[in-house]
Amino acid sequence: MTTAPEIGSSRKRSEDARLITGKTQWTDNIQLPGMCYVAFLRSPHAHARITNIDVSPAKGRTGVIAAFAGQDFADEQGALPCAWPVTEDMVHPDYLPLAINEVRFVGEPVAIVVARDRYAAADALEAIEVDYEPLPPVLDMEEALKEGADLVHGDKGTNKTYTWVFEQGDNEAAWRDAPVVIERRYIQQRLIPSAMEPRAVVVAPVGDEYTMWSATQVPHILRTVLSVITAIPEQKIRVIAPDVGGGFGSKIGVTAEEVVLMLAARRLGRPLKWTESRSEGNLTVHHGRDQIQDIAIAADRDGKLRGLRVKLLADMGAYLRLVGPGVPLLGAFMYNAIYKMDALSFTCSGVFTNKTPTDAYRGAGRPEATYAIERLMDELAVELNLDPIEVRRRNWIKHEEFPYTTIAGLTYDSGNYEAATEKALQAFEYDKLRAEQADRRERGDPVQLGIGISTYTEMCGIAPSRVLGQLNFGGGGWEHASVRMLATGKVEAVIGTSPHGQGHDTTMAQIIADKLGVPWEDVKVLHGDTATSHKGLDTYGSRSLAIGGVAVVNACDKVLEKAKRAAAHLMEASEQDIEFANGAFSVRGVAESSLPIQDVAFAVNLAHNLPDGMEPSLDSDATFDPENFSYPHGTHLCAVDVDTETGFVKIRKYVAVDDVGKVINPLIVDGQVHGGLAQGIAQALYEEGVYDADGNLTTTTLADYLVPSAPDLPTFHTDRTETPATTNPLGVKGVGEAGTIASTPAVVGAVVDALRPLGINDVRMPCTPERVWQAIKDARGGAS
Amino acid sequence: MPRIKVEVDGVTYEDDVEPRLLLVHYLRDRLGKVGTPIGCDTTNCGACTVLMDGLSVKSCSVLAVQADGRAITTIEGLGIDGQLHPMQQAFHEEHALQCGYCTPGMIMASLDLLRENADPSEDEIREGLEGNLCRCTGYQNIVRAVRRAADDMRGAAKEVTS
Repeated sequence: MTTAPEIGSSRKRSEDARLITGKTQWTDNIQLPGMCYVAFLRSPHAHARITNIDVSPAKGRTGVIAAFAGQDFADEQGALPCAWPVTEDMVHPDYLPLAINEVRFVGEPVAIVVARDRYAAADALEAIEVDYEPLPPVLDMEEALKEGADLVHGDKGTNKTYTWVFEQGDNEAAWRDAPVVIERRYIQQRLIPSAMEPRAVVVAPVGDEYTMWSATQVPHILRTVLSVITAIPEQKIRVIAPDVGGGFGSKIGVTAEEVVLMLAARRLGRPLKWTESRSEGNLTVHHGRDQIQDIAIAADRDGKLRGLRVKLLADMGAYLRLVGPGVPLLGAFMYNAIYKMDALSFTCSGVFTNKTPTDAYRGAGRPEATYAIERLMDELAVELNLDPIEVRRRNWIKHEEFPYTTIAGLTYDSGNYEAATEKALQAFEYDKLRAEQADRRERGDPVQLGIGISTYTEMCGIAPSRVLGQLNFGGGGWEHASVRMLATGKVEAVIGTSPHGQGHDTTMAQIIADKLGVPWEDVKVLHGDTATSHKGLDTYGSRSLAIGGVAVVNACDKVLEKAKRAAAHLMEASEQDIEFANGAFSVRGVAESSLPIQDVAFAVNLAHNLPDGMEPSLDSDATFDPENFSYPHGTHLCAVDVDTETGFVKIRKYVAVDDVGKVINPLIVDGQVHGGLAQGIAQALYEEGVYDADGNLTTTTLADYLVPSAPDLPTFHTDRTETPATTNPLGVKGVGEAGTIASTPAVVGAVVDALRPLGINDVRMPCTPERVWQAIKDARGGAS
Repeated sequence: MPRIKVEVDGVTYEDDVEPRLLLVHYLRDRLGKVGTPIGCDTTNCGACTVLMDGLSVKSCSVLAVQADGRAITTIEGLGIDGQLHPMQQAFHEEHALQCGYCTPGMIMASLDLLRENADPSEDEIREGLEGNLCRCTGYQNIVRAVRRAADDMRGAAKEVTS
């Protein structure tokens, strides 16, 4: 029997059954006997010394079990980790879970109340007495680096945590007598990830063992780090990521709340729960982006790039988070994008400010790089009076040149930029829209048409452990999977990645179904619980399929290897003569011989008749550590109507042609692209985390921080080219971040293109009506 | 403490509640109906949307005492006959959810949308769901799902009447 391959089919997701019926297990849904609720008291100051703190008045409140300040955990709370010391001399101040002497951003926790319900806990916070002596807040990166600036960490003597330099090629030669030099400054505004599920943590102590449920992307990393911080042995900590409602990077940290709940649960011997409110989350979930990019290119008159120079300031916020310092480095290798050039110079300084710490947010470093280079390619096209597609074409790596080692030192294994671009241009009707644009410009239409282009690539599948080591990252990049054949021939797979919306249950089962020749419905995928998934490095950096999926393939291969040996024995044939196809073993040349893998599994489980020395199990463990990153790419085209009278921008058409390699599930891939586009467009047009002059975040709610709703977004036209990755047996590349990385420059590029006749070459993100209108007004010399 | 009597997903409950208790906390913490999640504290996200006497409300902005004498339908009250409601089925078919956190509210809001307009255009669906945020899907497949459910539900209604 030959069945249609699962890989490539649009399987409807098995996850949906519980999600569409309200049977989901979010962390906040967990109720345990005797469980108490925790509320955090947080700093109202951006920067202040704590001169006195007294939690005792809260303890007398009705329903209050306990209250603790930082001092109460001084000997055991340690410091929150940063796993990425990007330079040897990186300034790395302690980041206490509960502040003791000084607070450095609004929202930093200083005390907790434990009470019998969430209302009582919240009420009692007001009884805690804290005396603050305000200190001057540091809010501007450039000011922060000036001599004599106020300091976020007074004892460190500087607001700069590191400067990381990366020089490739002969920069001097590239810039000497360059006929064309273009320099720009772009601002990557601060973003708030805004996963729909707020963070939540439950800790249950039993004896000297602890189970933590957390809305996290990284249960394995969390378990290891909690053990290091609390000195509770790792085997006595079980971390469960139950259903997790989105992450986008915001749930990769090891957070103050997780550590404090662990310590309080240990102290009290009771199960505890904390669930953040949205406004609490906006203050304390790490933020993303927030960079100042000074970027310059040197080129010849024919448009050929010679060199690229990038100087970044990256706002770390008040403390270094888990991978925060490394985020700009992930971009460092991407500024050259799909283009050939002779030299690259990249310098990044990480800066402390009295703001919420920053860390990875969907794309992490790569959206910033892609934005800057794509915007600059548009500027080059204008300078040379070339079509922006043409200037890209003159510089990109041609499909016959792969594998290609870029100026940044990465080897792109495969790609076809010509094909993706051609497909996108046709779907977009590029020439027709350009003609309409010319006509509307000619007519002086108050609503101008703009066309934006992004021919992006990115590096994902984080990451080869060896490369992470070279970059001084404190962890590996491999992934793990186990595949078990049950007695009845059904399959259980355990994966090390931990999904929060990506559909791993469905996708991984598709891979296994094809590899083992079993029905998709017969495969159950387990994850997110360190008691069942004992090994793994979790989910971020579009790694789950490109690395975790390959670990699954490797585990299946091991199962088949064992099953083949057992099958040969059962069929009384030599192992060399055994073939496997469509889920059954057969003896080569013997037409009627067929032994389904399920029968082999049953026989191995019985163990009555096994080859000598064979253990009664087909189960396997496997890992995969990639040799290289994977490099999705594509061409995105965006058309916007810009009302020059109101500044209002409306996306009229958006075409995304992505090449994510081999596609396992087209339905899920399209969904990932849609969501990625929405977040990239949100950066371009809607979202910004804003602080006032005193360091208060003014965008603490979804009324102020404008996550787009359905009418704010267009219907996307998505399509694909499929150039398989050559660096893994599935040929897959990863799709989680591509849409976000590609879309922001396409949208802003379109806005700027619409306004180009007015002499406008930049509008700062997000391109709100007010900002667009102001840019037009300024360009017209103040006459609105 | 006021006493309320409220029907939730077909079951009648009587409870003493604090006047300030939010309906969503009553559902989740008192009745254990945790199918309705909470996504914000300012009535912007719509994750907690339920039907009150058939009309959609954000249960984070309704007090439990305001539900006294009313009938509440949550996501857990759909498809209780063992069959998915056509709206649930459409969300599954069209891959209209990823993490699924907004989904209960999105489904309940979509039901109210179709109650008002049984045959909405794409733009009308987008406008109608403006009060419900999704961070994963970019809304494209949600719009498709609601369109599909509209067709399915109108088809079913026709079958009943014909």
